[in-house]
Amino acid sequence: MTASVFFGCTFIAFGPAIALFLFTIARDPLRVIFLIAGAFFWLCSLLLSSLVWFITVQISNKESSSQQKGLLIFGVVLSVLLQETCRFGYYKLLKKANEGLLMLSAEETMPISIRQLAYVSGLGFGFMSGAFSMVNILADSVGPGTIGIHGDSQHYFLSSAFMTMAIILLHMFWGVVFFDSCEKQHWWSLAVVVISHLLVSCLTFQNPQYVGSLVPTYIIVFLVGLWAFFCSGGSLRNLKLCLTCKDKDFLLANHRPR
Amino acid sequence: MKSHWMCSNMVRCLGDGNTSLQKLATSIVFFFCLSDVSCNSVEQKIYVELNNTVPCVRLLNATHQIGCQSSISGDTGVIHVLESEEDLEWPLSKGPNPPYMVLLESSLFTRSIMMKMKNESNRVAGVAVVVPNTSPPEFSPHTTCPNENTGVYSDNYGPNLAHCNTTVWNPRGNGLSYEEFDFPVFSLKEDNETEFIKQCYLDHNRAVNGSAPQYPLCAMQLFSHMHAVTNTPTCMRRNDINFSINPEMVCDPLGDYNVWGSIRPYNDTVFGHKENESVVIAAARLDSRAFFWEVSTGAEGSVSGFVTLLAAAQALREVTHEAPPTRNILFAFFQGETFDYIGSSRMVYDMENGKFVIDLDNIHSVLEIGQVALHSGNNLFLHSDPVSRRNNTVNDVVREELFSSFFPNVSQPLPPSSLQRFLRAQPIPGIVLADHESAFNNRYYESFYDNAANLNLTYPSDLSPEEQLEFVTHTAESLTDVATVVARALYKQAGGDESRVNTIKADPKIVTQMLYGFLVSSNNSWFQAVMAPELKNILTCVHVLGYLGLHCFVFFCLLEPSPPEYYYLLANLTGAATNLTQSQCQKPDELPNESRQMYSYLWVQGIVPPNSTERDSFCVRASVRLTKAVSPAFELGEYASKDYSTWTESRWKFIKARIFLVASRDLEMLTLGVGVAVLFTSLLVTYFISTKADVLFSSTREPASAAY
Repeated sequence: MTASVFFGCTFIAFGPAIALFLFTIARDPLRVIFLIAGAFFWLCSLLLSSLVWFITVQISNKESSSQQKGLLIFGVVLSVLLQETCRFGYYKLLKKANEGLLMLSAEETMPISIRQLAYVSGLGFGFMSGAFSMVNILADSVGPGTIGIHGDSQHYFLSSAFMTMAIILLHMFWGVVFFDSCEKQHWWSLAVVVISHLLVSCLTFQNPQYVGSLVPTYIIVFLVGLWAFFCSGGSLRNLKLCLTCKDKDFLLANHRPR
Repeated sequence: MKSHWMCSNMVRCLGDGNTSLQKLATSIVFFFCLSDVSCNSVEQKIYVELNNTVPCVRLLNATHQIGCQSSISGDTGVIHVLESEEDLEWPLSKGPNPPYMVLLESSLFTRSIMMKMKNESNRVAGVAVVVPNTSPPEFSPHTTCPNENTGVYSDNYGPNLAHCNTTVWNPRGNGLSYEEFDFPVFSLKEDNETEFIKQCYLDHNRAVNGSAPQYPLCAMQLFSHMHAVTNTPTCMRRNDINFSINPEMVCDPLGDYNVWGSIRPYNDTVFGHKENESVVIAAARLDSRAFFWEVSTGAEGSVSGFVTLLAAAQALREVTHEAPPTRNILFAFFQGETFDYIGSSRMVYDMENGKFVIDLDNIHSVLEIGQVALHSGNNLFLHSDPVSRRNNTVNDVVREELFSSFFPNVSQPLPPSSLQRFLRAQPIPGIVLADHESAFNNRYYESFYDNAANLNLTYPSDLSPEEQLEFVTHTAESLTDVATVVARALYKQAGGDESRVNTIKADPKIVTQMLYGFLVSSNNSWFQAVMAPELKNILTCVHVLGYLGLHCFVFFCLLEPSPPEYYYLLANLTGAATNLTQSQCQKPDELPNESRQMYSYLWVQGIVPPNSTERDSFCVRASVRLTKAVSPAFELGEYASKDYSTWTESRWKFIKARIFLVASRDLEMLTLGVGVAVLFTSLLVTYFISTKADVLFSSTREPASAAY
């Protein structure tokens, strides 16, 4: 459409991610490294799933549209499963790396906790996933035209931006829940993560009924966000403490340089 | 002064010259689409590219620029299909969503409408003209008095005849081709794309019940940014700025090659005056133009003339071998005559300065073939220059030339013709043969509609293309008669044997094949047979990488065939087939009787014999040459010259058109607003959370020290 749509959609899609990066990750180089490594692992999963996609499309019948649609569904499911597998792989790698880091470092405690790693890796996954979802669309939004000449819905850019924001937040929450359940060996919660990821991806097949796909997605974002909050040590009591600003004494007593 | 040829723009030579980074990015995306994955690229959902468009480009001369220009990132406007001249109020004043892209039917493509839009050009983003398959009753975008300042008539020479004071040659001319528009003007064909555009307009842009149409609106974007500005001296000066190894050229002089051939060969290395040599020149012009770039065929304006002359040349071949006339006959085909006589002024200049095989004193007389196809009955008219005929010797020769009982009107000037440039140099007896007595019969002079239909060139509907090629149409027959008359007149004028004049007859089959090739389809078996194999699909451009720029022929107003086509035709029609092999044909000087200085040797494909698939190629030897047809103003460096043509054509990077929907400004601002709000909110929330993180996520740390 124009520069205003470009910037609007960029801010919508990447706003929370940028804010999180600026305030929580940018100052700590170790977190930045793990963020980028997380992004790389997501990229590996994408590479694998796109290889499989490429091969299956080549050998499929290009004329039959039902076959192509089936292939698309298969591709989405495969990609989700591969992403989660890579997340698991990254978890295993981080566990091993942590032991190594502990041996090398002078301090007695780990420089970065597994919970923080979970958050950072989830955000890394989210960044890369959001970039791949959105950059192509943003590039085309700069031009003077908007979608619709062939009858498609006009709200494509806006809904893509919101969807991308939801996906980035979801990846972050899933990262936290995933690592936590791997630590505690709660395999059922792992399955719920995978199922919710599949659910959100399959909801996008509702497009172009954007309401049908965005509203459930945001409900899922809220629910998984709550779950991640509780997994990472939050509780209603702490929330009330913060919101009513009775936390200063608490903070002073527990102040520790980060 | 650069002496080699410039290519008019890179697009013609290299294909798509667009090198922007974004295109690189999308081409990377497209790379994945190439592997036949059904790629629904976002760009395809937004834009519909228009492929069959022809732009109007910018031309410059010593003092002005003409043609059309778009801004560098294209001009976008809301489409409005114009219904009548009164409807022009909507885009020009009443419409609420300027700027508008006005879509015109060809009946509305008139001077008054275009001038009104030119005056309100801040509300008009561009114009698209839908060109129908049938021609309007008359349309000529050229001026009423073609080439009035570079002909022979001026304040010093026949002042009462200058500037069309006595005869207006092109009364239907509206002069649109010579106006300057600062918005792009494109032409569209009447096909599915145009239907799609009109449907898009009807769906989105119509005002319902008097209220403004609702967003999103259907819009069009036209790219035709021209690099040259102001006039020729400015753009030639900018060409010479050498900032880098590969200098950016902004314009190129219009120019190409003239083709000439003669009955008796001349040594190509000996220039200047030839003693006791008297030559009759038979001239015709090759080119034509239209308002839009390169779409002109010039059926009546140029094709009729040069086809007649080619047929006459072929008719004279036999008789001049058996009974050579006393004087030589030189057939000259001039290129670039539309733009202030580029070809003929160059030949006259070369003759004056001893750079041509003969000079002006060797010329006995000139017979020029003008527009000859639209004659009713058998009426042809002879035009001569009354001023030079006041000289008795000239007059006598001219009267000799008159080969029928037609006497030209002695008070009427010459029509625009190459002969005028010869007369500018010195008084030479000359006649112009035409089908019009005063004003042109051609209703579509220098227009896109001057095509086969203008000549009534019709074929029976059940013929295959090969059969159409051979079918002798009425037009071909009448042009053959003209060619016969011309050939006989030339032979007599050259002092040939009187008794053999009546044996000279032009061949109607050749005439009809040439008309088919130039007006219907140039990809036919006869044209292929007379051309060389490797030049058949020449892009007329050889890119010399790096410094020297591009060597090629600038083809303006030509058909798809490359310029040497006339060269090959003349060679085949006047020359002789030889027994030389292909390698001998390329190096004939090694043979005792052959000489490259006297003849040209061309290896042509030949026809396919009935029982085989290999072509019967052979070597043609003909006294046919190409000479440069670039205005002397560029040789001399006088870019502001008043005597010679100074026309140049601007260069451009890419030309394209596309349509899409545009959203309202409000929606865009809303999107930006929401984005900024989301960003601020998330920054605030994140700051809040990160400062309170110890509290929020502390339930596993030191639970006992809760002071609560």
